This record gives sequence, structure tokens and C-alpha cells, in this order.
Amino acid sequence: MYHKEKSIPIKNSASALYNNLGVLRIAPRRLTYFTVVHANVVNMVSASWDGLNYSHRQLQSKEPNVATSASLVMQAAFCSLQSRELLVVTSQKGIQMYESDGSIMVYWHALDTPETTTAQAVFARGISAVPENYICVGVSSGSILVFDVPSKGPNISLSEVLDEHKESITDMASECSGSQECIADLVSADDGGNLCVWKSGEEFQLLHKIHGFDMCCSSVKLWKGTVVAGYGTGQIRLYEAVTGILHAEVNAHARWINSLDIAPFSGLLLSAGEDSLVRVWLLNLTPETNNVEIAHLHNECVTDTQICGAKFCDSDGYAFAVTGYDLGEIIRYTQT
Amino acid sequence: MSSRTLPLLFINLGGEMLYILDQRLRAQNIPADKAKKVMNDIITTMFNKKFLEELFKPQELYSKKALRTVFDRLAHASIMRLNQASMDKLYDLMTMAFKYQVLLCPRPKDILLVSFNHMDAIKDFVKDTPSILGQVDETYQQLIEMYTPMCSGEFQLIRQTLLIFFQDMHIRVSIFLKDKVQNSNGRFVLPISGPVPHGTQVPGLIRMFSCTGEEVNRLKFTNGGNYAAATREGSFEIFGDRVTKLGTNMYSVSRPVETLMSGTSKNSAQKTKQVNAAPNPLAKEELNLLAKLMGRLEEPNPGNTDSGFRVNLFATDEEEEEALISRPDELSYGVLKIQATKDLQANAELAKIMGEFTVSGDQSPSASSKGDDLLAMMDGL
Repeated sequence: MYHKEKSIPIKNSASALYNNLGVLRIAPRRLTYFTVVHANVVNMVSASWDGLNYSHRQLQSKEPNVATSASLVMQAAFCSLQSRELLVVTSQKGIQMYESDGSIMVYWHALDTPETTTAQAVFARGISAVPENYICVGVSSGSILVFDVPSKGPNISLSEVLDEHKESITDMASECSGSQECIADLVSADDGGNLCVWKSGEEFQLLHKIHGFDMCCSSVKLWKGTVVAGYGTGQIRLYEAVTGILHAEVNAHARWINSLDIAPFSGLLLSAGEDSLVRVWLLNLTPETNNVEIAHLHNECVTDTQICGAKFCDSDGYAFAVTGYDLGEIIRYTQT
Repeated sequence: MSSRTLPLLFINLGGEMLYILDQRLRAQNIPADKAKKVMNDIITTMFNKKFLEELFKPQELYSKKALRTVFDRLAHASIMRLNQASMDKLYDLMTMAFKYQVLLCPRPKDILLVSFNHMDAIKDFVKDTPSILGQVDETYQQLIEMYTPMCSGEFQLIRQTLLIFFQDMHIRVSIFLKDKVQNSNGRFVLPISGPVPHGTQVPGLIRMFSCTGEEVNRLKFTNGGNYAAATREGSFEIFGDRVTKLGTNMYSVSRPVETLMSGTSKNSAQKTKQVNAAPNPLAKEELNLLAKLMGRLEEPNPGNTDSGFRVNLFATDEEEEEALISRPDELSYGVLKIQATKDLQANAELAKIMGEFTVSGDQSPSASSKGDDLLAMMDGL
């Protein structure tokens, strides 16, 4: 179904983090941007579609003052809003937002870091754009910061703080099908496997809370009103967002799942974990019965690699890219 | 990242160090009483109450350079001496072994079981010495208190923090190569077979449910591997079967310790880049923490040199010398070697290093009491 293409070299190897791959397709320029986190650096590669040109850029996590210790980056992700695209980088010290090519930092938000190190780690993790004009970022305390983003310029402001989760946020996702009918706009996940479903607005509204089963949910997606969640046990679960009804349970991986992605036009689902496997699934939603089905399509094994990021490169799922711990390249696959 | 990683890193690396030293002491036919003294001295130092107090405080992980300095001191806590090349090799083996264990742990929480395996072995080394045994038992308690309440996500954060510490290390270890757990390119073999972790199901089943919660369909798929159901869970108590073999002693007199340097430079070139490019003030904060930690370590006994002896991690002295000369630059640990306070002015290179550690505003190291304490503590190195 898929075959391996030429890999893209990156300046540093990928660190073992959840969702460690960002992808942004720039159709007018026939380019794709990729971001891979290595310790305190974000490696950006801009790859031309003909595979002939790569250009690299590295972004450092911001140190508010040089005397403090290095701040490790937890995640880097592209946020596509109606009129602009930003690259958001979250670290132990705060949140940086750049223009999508990484050229200029347009916004910096510092986290409240205590004077002396506490037993509870402090960091920001979990990034999602929420149309029309919000960017949401999770924090280790369980809070979710909602930023209001104007259509251009640096006047980004913190609009709201959502305090529903009690454990560290792991990942967040917004409805990606493009459908106007979906009520739920955002889903957030935490270390305890709890999932919160939100409706966006001047004041975000909690629609439903799905309780976890004491197992970390490391990656989450929202598509056509269905929450797709990947867990540390290697299980994937599909829930109806607004009601919390469990539609499907998949014993998907033999180790911790680190990354999930959905190709919104086709309903293809990508899952990847520390078991070295990337799996492709097909989601099918029957509108009459509101039933969601999931079928397994394909496996790819990245030998001797614990995968930390896997994303489709386009909305149809024609191609996908993968990163692994200690791997100095982005591996790509396209449909045969 | 996680501020509770250092105790696990220290105890597991320390455990590996003891396995290797124990093997070398036997291989070199060091008299039993001397060997026992070395092991006891090192373990006593490792489990010094005040030292562990500092260690267990919430803090960020040290750099490789700083941690290496701690282990240098620890290895010399007794009458045993190691040359630079042997110390380098010892540290390579320790770190690659623990990297292997962290990577292969089926669940992040299993790192605690690996730690208990090391602790169990350490306890066995000192079983005839009740005073040290007490310190070891107390450490078990601290580990249990601190780590057993943690959730899976917190353990994964610890694991991710450890993996950043081990990033890009691909030193080839001959015992790993022989057992086929490491490839010739230095990367570990990650099998897609065997038992799944405790709490995980064998991949291959899809269950679909109706709105009322009834299972309406079951589908199977090929998982691409050869998995078996999980084995029983190891014990997280002071005594118990840990089940996992990770963290147990893999060396014996007949399976010597060796590392291979050639062919590693290609892979390790990436390592030297970003993480170590942090500015000097980072080194200062680290050094202060280090000094606090080291200050707890008792000064090694300088006298009594006739009972002292040297241990070699290589088969011959010539090999050891050769290893020192041929070690690739990018694999050098840059250990801090500060001789004596009075030498400072004489040595321009040292003065430059110390200048980076001086708090701004102080005229000279000798004028600042903070600088003096720091240097005085380092004098023992």
C-alpha cells in the first residue's frame, strides 16, 4: 500500500517525546516544512516536492535570562488558522510563536516557574490551533492556555485559562474534518488518560469529560465528532466526543503510542509507537447510525527504532513521514 | 524535564560501575580482602546519608561532564586507582548499559524494577557489613516512597529525560555485540517479538461497540510481529522477584568487558552539537550543585599508599595507553581536573576556567569566599 521514499536528513537526531514531528504543506511554493525536536532545539527542514532541495534552520528554546539552565523543548507544531500559519514551540520555560517559516518570533509567553525546582515538573506541552482565531497550549499543571490570535501582527494575547485537568496535559487537537456541523471544537488529553471536549468561543465551554483508566493518553485527534486517543498501553480508543460513548477499542501496539494523525479528506488514521511500528487504519463514519468503524490497512516497521513522530504530509494521506529516537533523518512513505 | 531523574540515573549507573569493577577485581586476581574493601568503600560513599539527601532533592539532570566528575570521585573513594583511559572505558560501559536498559524497558515504570535489580545486587555485595546494609535499606525506602505513587505519564517523562541524556551515544560494547543485542553500527536491537508489557494486550484485535455499550463486531489484523501475552509483574517492594533481567549483572570472569572505539566517530559527530553548546553560566550553576553534592562525599584517604593498587579495564597496560591516545576527540568527557588552589594563579588555563565560575563582581577567586569553598572542595579530585 505504501513504499519507502528517500529520507530527509536532519541536523540533529529526534528526542524521545510525544508527537515529535510537525508538518506544514505549502502548496503554492511546492514545499513542505518539517519540524523535529532535539533537546533544546527545533530542527526545521524545508523540502521541495521534487526532492531536490532541502534547506535547514534551527530554533533554540528561549532563555529569559542567560544565567538559568537550558530549557528543553517539549513540542513544536504548526498551527493553521484562517488567515495565517504559526509555528508554536513549547518548552520548560514557556511558549514561543514564530512565523511558519521560523524566521521571526512573534510572541513569547513565560510560564510561572518557581524560584527553586519543585518535585512537580514545569513545562508546556500540547498544542492546537482552534479556528477561527485561537491557539491553545497545555501546561504541566493541567491548565490550558487559550491565546487569541489576530489575522496578522504580534498582538497575540492570553484570552482564557481553562482549569479542568488536574494532571499534565499531553496533547490537544481540534476538529480537523472541516465540517461545520460538529459541535465539539477541541479535545485535550492528560497523563491520567482523561479527555476533555470543548466548544470554542470567547469563553470556552466544557462539553464533556471522558474519564481515563489510569493510563496516560499521549496522543489525541478529533475528526467528524469522534475522538481518537492513543495510550501508553498501546491501545487506541474511539469515542463520540459530545457523549463520551466508546465506539471502538483497538489493541493496536505492543508498546507506548507516541503519535497519531488523521488525513481529514480520506479518514485515514496513522498510529506509531515505541514498538517500531507505524500502522495505517481507515475510519468510517455512518451518519445515519452515528457509528464509527475502524479497519486496519497497513503496517510499516522501522527496524530497531522507537518511533516518536508520525504524520501525514497531505490531507488525503497519500504520503506520511516518521521520526524516531536517535534517528538523524525523517523517513518518508508514499502510496504505491 | 522531570526533576526526579537524578536518583535513578545515579543508582543505576553506580550499580553498573560496581558490576564492572567487581569483574575486573576478580579478573586481575586482586586479593579478596582488598577487593572487598574497595567494594565496601565505594558503596559506603554512594549511600552516604547526606549525599543521598542532596541527590533526592528535586533538580534538573546534570550534564554528562558533571556526572562523570561525580563518578570519577566515587571510583576513587577507596584504595583503588584507575588511569584516565580505564576510567573513560568504565564510564562508556556504565552509560551504554543503562541506556540499553532504559530503551528495552517494556514500560517506563519498569525502570524502577531495573533500579531494584541494581539495589538487590548492591545489597548482596555488602550483606556481611550491617552498617552499610542499613544505609542501603533506607535508600530502598526512599525509592519506594518517591517513585511508587507516580503515574505512568510521570515515569515516561523520567524516561524521556534519561533518553535525552543518552542521546546519540552509540559506543559499541563487545558483550552486547556478542549477545546480538547491539548492531555493528552501535544501535540496539529492538525485537518485535516476545511478551508484551504488563497491562498491554497483544496487538491484533479491534472491538466495536454500539451506543448502548454492546460489542457489535470483532476484527483481527496481522500485527507484523511475534508477540506473546505479558508475564507476571515484578515486585516493587524491598524484597521480591523483579521478573525482568534488565539491571542484573551480565558480566562474569569469563565474559570480559570491552568497548570498541573504531567506527563510532561517524555516529557521535552529531552528539557534540546543540546540547553541549549551552553557555558557560550553565556550567556555573551545575558546578555549584556539583560542589554541594561532592561536599557530602568524604575526602578520599590520601595516606596509606602501600595498600593502594591500580585496576586496568583493558587486557594489558599497553592497550590502556593505546586507548588513551586513540580516543576520538568528540568522545572525550572533558572531566574537570583542578589540582590545587595555589596552582591557580600559575596555571593560565585553569584561571580561565575558574574565571567562568566566579560570581560577577568578585575581584579574584581568593577574594570570594564562595569561590574558595568551591575550590577547596575540588581539591580532593
